[in-house]
Amino acid sequence: MSNVVSFTDLTLGYRRHPAVHHLNGGLREGSLTAVVGPNGAGKSTLLKGVVGALKPFHGKVTLNGLNRRDIAYLPQQAEVDRSFPIDVLDTVLTGHWRRVGFFRAVDRFMRDEALAALEAVGLAGFERRPISALSAGQFQRALFARMLLQDAKLILLDEPFTAIDARTTADLLQVVRRWHGENRTVVAVLHDFEQVRTHFPETLLIARAPIAWGPTEQTLTDDNLRRARAMAEAWDEDAAVCRQDAAA
Amino acid sequence: MTLYELLAEPFIEFAFMRRALAACFALALGCGPVGVLLVLRRMSLMGDAMSHAVLPGAALGFLISGLSLWAMSLGGFIAGVLVALLAGATSRATNQQEDSSFAAFYLMALASGVLLVSLRGGNVDLMHVLFGTILAVDDAGLLLVASISSASLLTLAVLYRPLIVECFDPGFLRAVGGGGAIVHLIFLVLVVVNLVGGFQSLGTLMAVGLMMLPAAAAKFWAEQVWTMAGVAALIAFVAGWSGLLMSFHFNLPSGPSIILTAGAAYLASMALGPVGSLRARWLPGRHLEA
Repeated sequence: MSNVVSFTDLTLGYRRHPAVHHLNGGLREGSLTAVVGPNGAGKSTLLKGVVGALKPFHGKVTLNGLNRRDIAYLPQQAEVDRSFPIDVLDTVLTGHWRRVGFFRAVDRFMRDEALAALEAVGLAGFERRPISALSAGQFQRALFARMLLQDAKLILLDEPFTAIDARTTADLLQVVRRWHGENRTVVAVLHDFEQVRTHFPETLLIARAPIAWGPTEQTLTDDNLRRARAMAEAWDEDAAVCRQDAAA
Repeated sequence: MTLYELLAEPFIEFAFMRRALAACFALALGCGPVGVLLVLRRMSLMGDAMSHAVLPGAALGFLISGLSLWAMSLGGFIAGVLVALLAGATSRATNQQEDSSFAAFYLMALASGVLLVSLRGGNVDLMHVLFGTILAVDDAGLLLVASISSASLLTLAVLYRPLIVECFDPGFLRAVGGGGAIVHLIFLVLVVVNLVGGFQSLGTLMAVGLMMLPAAAAKFWAEQVWTMAGVAALIAFVAGWSGLLMSFHFNLPSGPSIILTAGAAYLASMALGPVGSLRARWLPGRHLEA
């Protein structure tokens, strides 16, 4: 099976300091991958690189047969203004953006799809609730419902279950499995190793530089995890220019 | 004095009062919804900045062709859009937040405006530019205000969806294809256009009052964007009407009377409105079962 996303010697970062260092590899079509690693290991940075929000210092991200619009991205802290006067159904309906864009009308069929998506994430009956009246977990469910409508080929989730209770997590993992069953490519940044071992066949363990990438049980070994923890979180202000680049 | 004499007679008797009322109605329709979007985008003070930014252009128009509505409006429009463009471009090209870049550019604009006004004419002219003369709105002025509010309502209708999404989830709009920057820019142009519309009748400084006060008040009454816009337009209209009456009966300048009436509506809404007001905070009613 082919890769939908390929990384070629990818280095991403901030202020010349690398946060993802020389990553090679790719995401197979239909794969379900967890990205794990300590805080500051470059997990979110990697997702930003995939959606094109961050320009690589070096190397590149290649999207194969994918358009930017085929990607659904759930950032760690969505920039959503939760006090904005809009209700749940209207929020979810924006998931139809590719079809309706700026001007086209939302038809009955799209509305029904949105209601079905709300039902699927356990928010039936919440259609007319203003988003300001949702709990963090309920709002995360609504964002998942919106992604259901987006019909994306590649789905990127940045810590989707942080501060979310067990029941909501279980429901949303069900949605993730559904996407996997539909042969969509899903990547999730996670911290719960148990969750990763149970639900995610593949894992990328990253600590700025990739530590291991492959089947989860071979990636999440004690040895690999120890190496990941050894990563120094602080920038070295006097760091020299990376030799791998200098040689190239 | 009968109710009729108090509330209706001035408008039936005097053509200039009728024209002023019509101008207020048109301004209310345009400024209400634009103000609501400014409030929701947390740009309430941006309206204020833009109203100052209009000044040098208006002053330049005034220097070139005297108290000509068209020259001053066009100049004001160009100056306002220029400040919006420069401030917007600065915040996108550097890491400066938009509020700081707006503050920087509008202050430069304001200073050059005052400088230009002082080059010719005395304080009376400056007062005209700053505070307007709604009771002297002629047919041409009325036409300008009506065209501006029609055009801005139409633009808002067309751009409603991207405006809303850009406002409450800009990251999502970027991810699904962008267009947020251009929508934002068109919206800023709408703000400028509406301020220019209010400029002859209320003056550069007061025009922003009819935009922001009803919009801020509307937040205490409604919970959806379009209902908020409706409430804001209604409050603006009522403020225009009662402000004109106040100015007529007590022989007060019309601009400040209108804005102070809108201010009174804001205070009343803040105290009594159903959504998040003082009353809703302190006397929420007894709690429900589920």
